[in-house]
Amino acid sequence: MAKTIIPFGPQHPVLPEPIHLSLTVEDEIVTQAVPALGYVHRGLEKLCDIRDYHHMIQVVERVCGICSKIHAMCYCHGLEEMMQVEVPPRAKYLRTIWSELHRVHSHLLWLGLFADGFGFEALFYQLWKIRERVMDINEATTGNRVIVSVNVMGGVRKDLSLEQIRWILSELELVESELKALESTILDDYTVKERTVGKGMLTKEQAYDLGAAGPTLRGSGIAQDCRQLNYAAFSDLEFEPVVEYDGDSYARSKVRYRETLQSIDLVRQALHKLPDGEINVKVKGNPEGEGVARVEQPRGELFYYFKGNGTKHLERLRIRTPTFANIPPLAAMLPGIELADVPVVVLSIDPCISCTER
Amino acid sequence: MAEAKTTEKKIPVLATQAVENDNLKAEIRRLKSEGYRLVTLTCVDLDEEHVDLLYSFDKDLEMVHLRMQQPKSTPAPSISDILFGAFLVENEIQDQFGICFDGLVLNFENYLYLEEEVARTPFCKYSVIRKDAQ
Repeated sequence: MAKTIIPFGPQHPVLPEPIHLSLTVEDEIVTQAVPALGYVHRGLEKLCDIRDYHHMIQVVERVCGICSKIHAMCYCHGLEEMMQVEVPPRAKYLRTIWSELHRVHSHLLWLGLFADGFGFEALFYQLWKIRERVMDINEATTGNRVIVSVNVMGGVRKDLSLEQIRWILSELELVESELKALESTILDDYTVKERTVGKGMLTKEQAYDLGAAGPTLRGSGIAQDCRQLNYAAFSDLEFEPVVEYDGDSYARSKVRYRETLQSIDLVRQALHKLPDGEINVKVKGNPEGEGVARVEQPRGELFYYFKGNGTKHLERLRIRTPTFANIPPLAAMLPGIELADVPVVVLSIDPCISCTER
Repeated sequence: MAEAKTTEKKIPVLATQAVENDNLKAEIRRLKSEGYRLVTLTCVDLDEEHVDLLYSFDKDLEMVHLRMQQPKSTPAPSISDILFGAFLVENEIQDQFGICFDGLVLNFENYLYLEEEVARTPFCKYSVIRKDAQ
């Protein structure tokens, strides 16, 4: 059978952001996939040369729109550890609440895009309609829907009133009940299963050896989640990683569906336990030495490396995002599948190219 | 606003194990056989001649880091033949710091992100003309 090379992307109906895959195809079967990047590279890490370490919070928030809050939390958490800053407990809880709200809206966004990717537009509209409630919570509590910009060094810059807490809890009840009403469609519908079960297989061993992260790792049966590191307020909350074992696109979507409900529960727990007190402390001095930080983004493990030299500018900031880690596993998932399944499998890692290239 | 506590601050040091070109691959194989997962590589510009390459691994949420001081003028051994997942970050380091990796299984030859007209290494404080990939 003759080989044909088919370009997939950088502009493609299922891709919200540009990535190019060079697919080698024999008949209708993909035999090789080579990724190519470079369409949205901005060199944001290097901005630490000209922005001081406080201003860099706004820069890292713009690495990715959908999980901007979690980038800022990872950055602040890492530098606070390096500078031995004790963050007030209330600030830790508030960080947890907004980061889990980000996970909810990110997973709902992805579940909708995934449904749209295989032509299930009614499900896409329903999921995005539910997501709007979370966006409203973000807007009402922080002043913005996506880039919420609540983190500062030493804590957060916004607080929640009792009235807002009651309203968030009532909105989350609605998000949860509306999402559960769609559960049988998301998990059991004939179309969903036909397009996702057995597609884009990644075994447990492959996922581990290739360095997969997040739902891509947990969908292959590995129970690892950086929230187990107990940053922010996670040490006070009941939490177990969500794991599925089949390693296909369906397992990865099931992990995200279950994590959405889990995050709603985590927000609820944090709101009920929210301690009184300060929401930030003033941070003096400049970072010096080396450190790393890891937190769990909606797409998986986010890793930051810092090197400070005692000045207001970091000497080196390195960001490894989960999609960056999930590109090699994607290259391993594609060989052996039909060309028509490529868009669904690519979407199944929840690719964020803006994060990947920074 | 309260002030952060300022009691006896120590400069944090990242615990790393030093490796060299000769024993890097053996250490990577050892970590892989012990069940460590590659998190990433980090390149840090040190001076006009050298960079630090940090290899970060994870096992049960515990991290270990290998540190290799690498001259900018000589290629570093690629670990992508042992851990395929390293190919992307090694290509990124080639783009940004001009370091070449020997034996890179999928080599974008310094043009993963950058266009051909970019002649300098954008992430080096002490910028050098980019070397051709080996």
